[in-house]
Amino acid sequence: MTSDAPRPPPRRRFFGAFGRRELKGLVWQVLVVGIAVAVIAFLWSNTVTNLSARRITTGFAFLGREAGMPIADSLLPYNPRDTYFWAFVVGVANTLRVAVIGIVLATILGTLIGISRLSSNWLLSRLAAVYVETLRDIPLLLQLLFWYVLMQALPAARAAWRPVEGVFLSNRGLILPAIPFGPPQLAVLGTAALGCAVLYVIRRWLVAQQMRDGKPRPAWPFAVALLIALPAVVFVLLGVSWTIEWPELRGFNFVGGLTLAPEYFALLIALVTYTSAFIAEIVRSGIQSVPRGQWDAANALGLRRSLMLRQIILPQALRVIVPPMTSQYLNLTKNSSLAVAIGYQDVVSIANTTLNQTGQAIEAIALIMAVFLTISLGISFFMNWYNARIALVER
Amino acid sequence: MTAITDMPDVPRAARRPQIGNPVLRWLRTNLFSSIPNGILTIVLLAVLAKGVISFIQWGIANAVWFTPANDSSACRAVRGLGACWAIIPEKYRFILFGTYPFDEQWRPALSVLLFIALFYLSTRRALWRRELVFVWIGAPGLISVLMWGGVLGLSFVSQDRWGGLPVTLILATFGLAFGFPLGILVALGRRSKLPAIRSLSVLYVELIRGVPLVSLLFMASVMFPLFMPSGFNIDKLLRAQIAIILFAGAYLAEVIRGGLQAVPRGQYEAADALGLSYWRKNRLIILPQAIRHVIPPLVNTFIAFFKDTSLVLIIGIFDLLTTAKTAIIDPAWQQFSVEVYIFVAAIYFVFCFAMSRYSRSLEAHTGAR
Repeated sequence: MTSDAPRPPPRRRFFGAFGRRELKGLVWQVLVVGIAVAVIAFLWSNTVTNLSARRITTGFAFLGREAGMPIADSLLPYNPRDTYFWAFVVGVANTLRVAVIGIVLATILGTLIGISRLSSNWLLSRLAAVYVETLRDIPLLLQLLFWYVLMQALPAARAAWRPVEGVFLSNRGLILPAIPFGPPQLAVLGTAALGCAVLYVIRRWLVAQQMRDGKPRPAWPFAVALLIALPAVVFVLLGVSWTIEWPELRGFNFVGGLTLAPEYFALLIALVTYTSAFIAEIVRSGIQSVPRGQWDAANALGLRRSLMLRQIILPQALRVIVPPMTSQYLNLTKNSSLAVAIGYQDVVSIANTTLNQTGQAIEAIALIMAVFLTISLGISFFMNWYNARIALVER
Repeated sequence: MTAITDMPDVPRAARRPQIGNPVLRWLRTNLFSSIPNGILTIVLLAVLAKGVISFIQWGIANAVWFTPANDSSACRAVRGLGACWAIIPEKYRFILFGTYPFDEQWRPALSVLLFIALFYLSTRRALWRRELVFVWIGAPGLISVLMWGGVLGLSFVSQDRWGGLPVTLILATFGLAFGFPLGILVALGRRSKLPAIRSLSVLYVELIRGVPLVSLLFMASVMFPLFMPSGFNIDKLLRAQIAIILFAGAYLAEVIRGGLQAVPRGQYEAADALGLSYWRKNRLIILPQAIRHVIPPLVNTFIAFFKDTSLVLIIGIFDLLTTAKTAIIDPAWQQFSVEVYIFVAAIYFVFCFAMSRYSRSLEAHTGAR
């Protein structure tokens, strides 16, 4: 638009310096927040009326009362005379027991399958592909029910399967040989954990030294000293016994050993196999994302296979792998709530029973949500920290 | 593992002289390229053979396919040795349609076919036009007429008698159809410059994604009546549907947000330079590009939702999985749940696998551009 006519003077803004755009933004915000507040107020007032009409008292006072519900399989000591609060804590421990072990196993299995899909062995890569496609396309709840039914169809304790000596598989669950665990054993493990921490610091120092003069300094003597020798000294000093307790069948049940109840075992299998299919795809795409030239360059440098993977390929693949892996870990943790369908008493199942016994729906569901939000935030926090550590530093 | 030492892109057989029998050559390069690989192949073949043979023995050779009505004695005779597929012809109508009146079950069957036709039409790229919106409005209308009845001489069937596959399809389709616009709004809200709207969107997404779907369903089934004015009561199915829509909205919002981030800044600036309003800018310029970027992850989210609708089992809604679980409560057939679960798994698998193949083809298409 080119014309010689003088431009009209700018219109005076109604709100002075406060522009139209800002005004519009403000109106929208007030509108949206207003609607949100109105909806919440509406729900809130209804809830208050309904609660008083049904004579439901609110608040968390019920947590101090005696729970009276049985918990069949728990990590922490529990008996039905304990309080609701303790029942919740036991439930959280059970959830964590499934989630933590599930995450570790799913990561291992998923990585193996993801690598198998890339194998040059046609049969292996096909089998891995079929595994991934099948497990991903069937609902987890269905798989869970399937495993649970299979667990129940196992022979009775007397006719238990013994795939390996000391391992029994029956409709009572999986029974493994175990080491009785007490403070002395804990002391030995604690020493080893401390050794890990010290080793980490030493390794960083050694790498810093190598950065300075280029001479490689092996870390393994320190590792041997801290992780094997030191715990061994504690072990001898305390005289800890590491005798393995072998389970045996006495009468109708097993004595000794470690028992994984059928509910727990079914839940663990379902979560691990289902999540591993997703992890396999993540690992595969991560490894494939490393450019070919990186392999060639590492080969040309004449690096050993292990060094090449550890120093060149994995660090680059992990950048692609870690963020989606975080969501898989979160999914696995949240999916452990399906335990309620087969009667493994995780926090959701216990909250549900509490809800039915006390009618404290709002509190019970708020507790479930609080627990999962805390766990989710914890996992994302840790994984984001890890992700930031391995992320590409662009200069 | 030998697997990691031979990576996919490392040139292998291609440069070997192409001599000998092609079958042998294929075997050599793909199965027996090295000694560890050969051992692995043999072990896998042995395991596979054992698995396939025992499945054929159980699932085909020793299986019972048909029995006289309501008589499971033939099945119990082969229990542990062979499968009892006879439970499927016995129970399939209950599994597929739940407690819907027996004589009227052609109506849910037709609804399922309509749903499948709707999905099929929506996957044809040539049909991605404005008219598709009318199909999406028309088909659910037709389906609700079929399911509810009460008009056109169809008898009325109340919602609590619906069950099986139609319920699964309804929960999934409506969950996505309503979750999608909700997701778009939330995604736009999350990228908005207005702090109040942005924080509300973030709060919504993070709260919903941080908790399991089970807890939202509990909320829908237990707490929803507390939230509503007394005397106002909505059906359990609709309450679960609302929970699923809210859940879908949060997940889809994150996928769409990814697409919005992929639209270059220049597009926003060009739209602003044209003087378009916020909504016109997004509707005409930004969203079409953003959604095109994220079609494959969108389909993946759809697959996840289709599977997650099975969770309504926990609050006792009769979807496909619940009807399957209920079908085997019958004492005569109680022991044959594995067969029923395999049947239902196959149905879920067909739907999800079709979607995932389609997503693959879309990915190939968008990748080619």
